[in-house]
Amino acid sequence: MEAIYLLFILLLSIFVGFELIQKVPATLHTPLMSGANAISGITLVGALALAGDDSLGQYAEILGAVAVFLATINVVGGYLVTDRMLAMFKKKK
Amino acid sequence: MIETTSTSALVINLTYVLAAALFIFGLKLLGHPSSARKGNLLSAVGMLLAIVVTMFDKNIVSFEWIAIAILAGSIVGFFAARLVAMTSMPELVSLLNGVGGLASVFVAWSTVESNSQFSAFIMFVTFLALLIGAVTFSGSLVAWAKLSERITGRAVTFKGQVIFNLLLVATIIFGGYLFVAQPEFSPGFSIVLYSLMGLALLFGIMLVLPIGGADMPVVISLLNSYSGLAACAAGFALQNNILIVAGSLVGASGIILTSIMCKAMNRSLSNVLFSGFMPVVESNMVIEGEVKPLSADDAYYVLEAAQSVVVIPGYGMAVAQAQHAMKELQVLLEENGAEVAYAIHPVAGRMPGHMNVLLAEADVSYEQLFEMDEINKRIENFDVAMVIGANDVVNPAAREMKGSPIYGMPVINADLAKNVFVLKRGMASGFAGVDNPLFFKPNCRMVFGDAKETLGSIIRQFAD
Repeated sequence: MEAIYLLFILLLSIFVGFELIQKVPATLHTPLMSGANAISGITLVGALALAGDDSLGQYAEILGAVAVFLATINVVGGYLVTDRMLAMFKKKK
Repeated sequence: MIETTSTSALVINLTYVLAAALFIFGLKLLGHPSSARKGNLLSAVGMLLAIVVTMFDKNIVSFEWIAIAILAGSIVGFFAARLVAMTSMPELVSLLNGVGGLASVFVAWSTVESNSQFSAFIMFVTFLALLIGAVTFSGSLVAWAKLSERITGRAVTFKGQVIFNLLLVATIIFGGYLFVAQPEFSPGFSIVLYSLMGLALLFGIMLVLPIGGADMPVVISLLNSYSGLAACAAGFALQNNILIVAGSLVGASGIILTSIMCKAMNRSLSNVLFSGFMPVVESNMVIEGEVKPLSADDAYYVLEAAQSVVVIPGYGMAVAQAQHAMKELQVLLEENGAEVAYAIHPVAGRMPGHMNVLLAEADVSYEQLFEMDEINKRIENFDVAMVIGANDVVNPAAREMKGSPIYGMPVINADLAKNVFVLKRGMASGFAGVDNPLFFKPNCRMVFGDAKETLGSIIRQFAD
């Protein structure tokens, strides 16, 4: 049952994603990609649960910590570079 | 694994709902340049909430590794975001895609190495996270190497590549079966795991190698989508709903961008992915007319008299770093009473929206940037069309030469403007390898040389 419930979430979020992204104008496609990149760093949340859980064994914890490191690059790098780009998009004075 | 019964678990999950809402609202605000920055901030707040609240999970007891990893990752991310030049944005985005994929690989790897037993469904989604993540990682590295010209930008093919790839896919599927059915094979499980990772990495390389430089916008979008899907698969493996929501938002975004890029080239995705294997179409079109060069000084006289100018930038503008010079010229033209517009083709540059970012960096207002369809309606009214480092996206062969490899691709009809200036290094054809009849049209003049220098000498003429 758990799997079915997760599939529901998947289906609905994909629809929401399609609806939202279609409205993003071409001029913002690069920040959209880097912003999406930052969001995909959500793997960090999953990685935390693996890196900090002693019951999983040390090997799993270290692998989890590597995942935390990589996903943090995505989150921090992604949001910062997106912000840097978006700050440049200006209207005519 | 996050447990789901206690009060703290309830708080965690409610915060995840809030984070998901912030991601969605953030993407919604990304629908307009004036609200986009706020949208990105909201999305970041959602991410921060999700991360912080996860730390309160009861099963997370040791924080040393986490603290070190987060600190190191933040430093790397911070400097990558600060130091990258706007012209290298496609390379950075590819690298970030790759890092995201690799993170999913490690999540999946860590999951199977933990001391627990898993159902076949969990093993299957873990396999998917491993596979998609590894393909994203190695594919993105190849894309990055191509974009930064560390390896050739041309399609790389060798004899027997198709058969090799088919065998590779078959082996991966077989490996996936062994992986999911692990209980019977448990002594050799590590071997299966490592070989699968190796094969998936190889598959990612094989997927991107045969794709040429001009098709990079499609590849980057597709890998962007994969990095989301890998996170999504990891979410299934960990039974974590926020990973699924966020991952599928990213997956959907990448898929839409991929399809926009394909449409803009009038090609299907499979054509983009596999055309490296197809024989090159020989066209025996004869282009009539002659190429007429023009000096920058003479270009100045025409521009000085022009009432309206449309600028059509391409990858060459990024290479020559000519965006700032163009902005300078734009100001001079406007002071001289002319209207200046920029026409952006969806696949101009090396990633979706590449030109827009460069022009934004040079302080060009986004209200002066027009999409192809808008500008094509009124391109006849422009006195001058200035093509800077673009080629295939202004090729009239797409409109008028049946049999041309790019026939049917939507292009900016630069040739219909009253005068066309093409700023170009030499007569080399574009990435599609197709001759451009635009250069031979009677209203077209070629201004040879480095775009930045050419613009610089026109600017000096204006100043005198």
